[in-house]
Amino acid sequence: MPHDLALQDLLQALTAELSPDGGQVQRLRKLSGGASQDTWAFDVVMPHSGGAQPLVLRRTPPGATVRSGGNAGLDAEAELIALAEEAGVPVPPLVLRLRAEHGLGQGFVMGHLNGETLGRRIVSDARFALARQGLARRCGQVLAQIHALPRARLPALREASAAGELAHCRAWHISHGMARPVFALALRWLSEHCPDDDVPLGLVHGDFRTGNLMVDEAGLAGVLDWELAHVGDPMQDLGWICVNSWRYGRAELPVGGFGTLDLLFAGYAEAGGTADAARVHWWQVFGTLHWGVICESMGQAGTAGGQPQMEKAAIGRRASEAEIDLLQLLAPR
Amino acid sequence: MNDTPTPAELLAAAARFMRHEAIPALTGATAYQARVAANMIDIARRQIELSVAQEAEELQRLRALLGRDVELTEANRLLCDRIAAGMLTLTTPGLADHLWRTTLAKLAVDQPSYDTYRRLIDTPNDTPNDTPKNTPNVKES
Repeated sequence: MPHDLALQDLLQALTAELSPDGGQVQRLRKLSGGASQDTWAFDVVMPHSGGAQPLVLRRTPPGATVRSGGNAGLDAEAELIALAEEAGVPVPPLVLRLRAEHGLGQGFVMGHLNGETLGRRIVSDARFALARQGLARRCGQVLAQIHALPRARLPALREASAAGELAHCRAWHISHGMARPVFALALRWLSEHCPDDDVPLGLVHGDFRTGNLMVDEAGLAGVLDWELAHVGDPMQDLGWICVNSWRYGRAELPVGGFGTLDLLFAGYAEAGGTADAARVHWWQVFGTLHWGVICESMGQAGTAGGQPQMEKAAIGRRASEAEIDLLQLLAPR
Repeated sequence: MNDTPTPAELLAAAARFMRHEAIPALTGATAYQARVAANMIDIARRQIELSVAQEAEELQRLRALLGRDVELTEANRLLCDRIAAGMLTLTTPGLADHLWRTTLAKLAVDQPSYDTYRRLIDTPNDTPNDTPKNTPNVKES
């Protein structure tokens, strides 16, 4: 495809900045992408040694409209990854921030980590048995490190308390025009139990869950997908990783299908954090509803005019998995 | 009136072809997308098979809860409004039971392999409907 050839040439012109000795861009391949953002993997093959440096490009292509929707934006994402790396959080190393003269759009190049992100494999494959033992505790430690990043150094991010997130989720659900009595029940419960806004706000990763964690045989290799990062109640991250949809069938292990809450909280405390179990539970209920509303939204995008996307249409029917999990949380049987 | 095969039989045959013949011949992203498509055909087939009975029962329960003789969509809107206003709560007799039955019926169509559903349906104490088994799910790539 000519488009890929152009991209290959633009990346080739960058190799002096990507790798100490320059080299040849090879094996360029698209990992994911839509109209507003795409992600590519490629290798820079060193001229002398022949060794390959695997890299990932994450960008908004030139001319594309940047999604707003409360996302952090790629410049902020790059900044957060750099800050997290500095604080000892395992992340793909930031290699280069794109500038206008690169002609590649907005975004950055990062190192390519090895490991597994597919949730079902992480929670059940024998090769990750050892990794699973320490994973919940490690997640607790890493979340405490993320939440402790100094606010003064954070890029501009949206700020949302529990009440703010709830109001947004309610409005988003209503905008879909669907009558879902279980969501109405959850919204009512969340409103009645909404935690006070008097807690110190901090950096919230926003999508810290099985599926966005790169795991290898030794444990957590990297925290990915920072695009939903914002400033808020840090307990939001602890609740989100407990949503049943990220347990991939291992419901008895509430933390991502691989660990217990006790281990998550122990790791969080070891790294200087203070977990609040009641707030974590509220955020788990919120997260379950939020996932359901995301499914609704995808279902509508998947059938809307313009470019209907089959997989999104299918995910629309997963909203009912949020309904059954909400009932299990609010009226267990 | 149209003749047999029925819509459900046509969809079952299409899904069977995709799983046993088309998908094994595909690779990578296309194979994944084709599995998603086969799952969607199954959802449509299960809805055709189950929804008439499910919706009749749902409507009956809704009318009892609301005390109003309204049609299904309107009844669900009314139920949402009353829950939002706190007029109906989990202590209201019949509400939790209705929400559970309705939700289990939805899962029987949408995702009968989902773990929360399986655990509840495989325990013998309460079995609402016939539920098709062995239906792969729409999941990550």
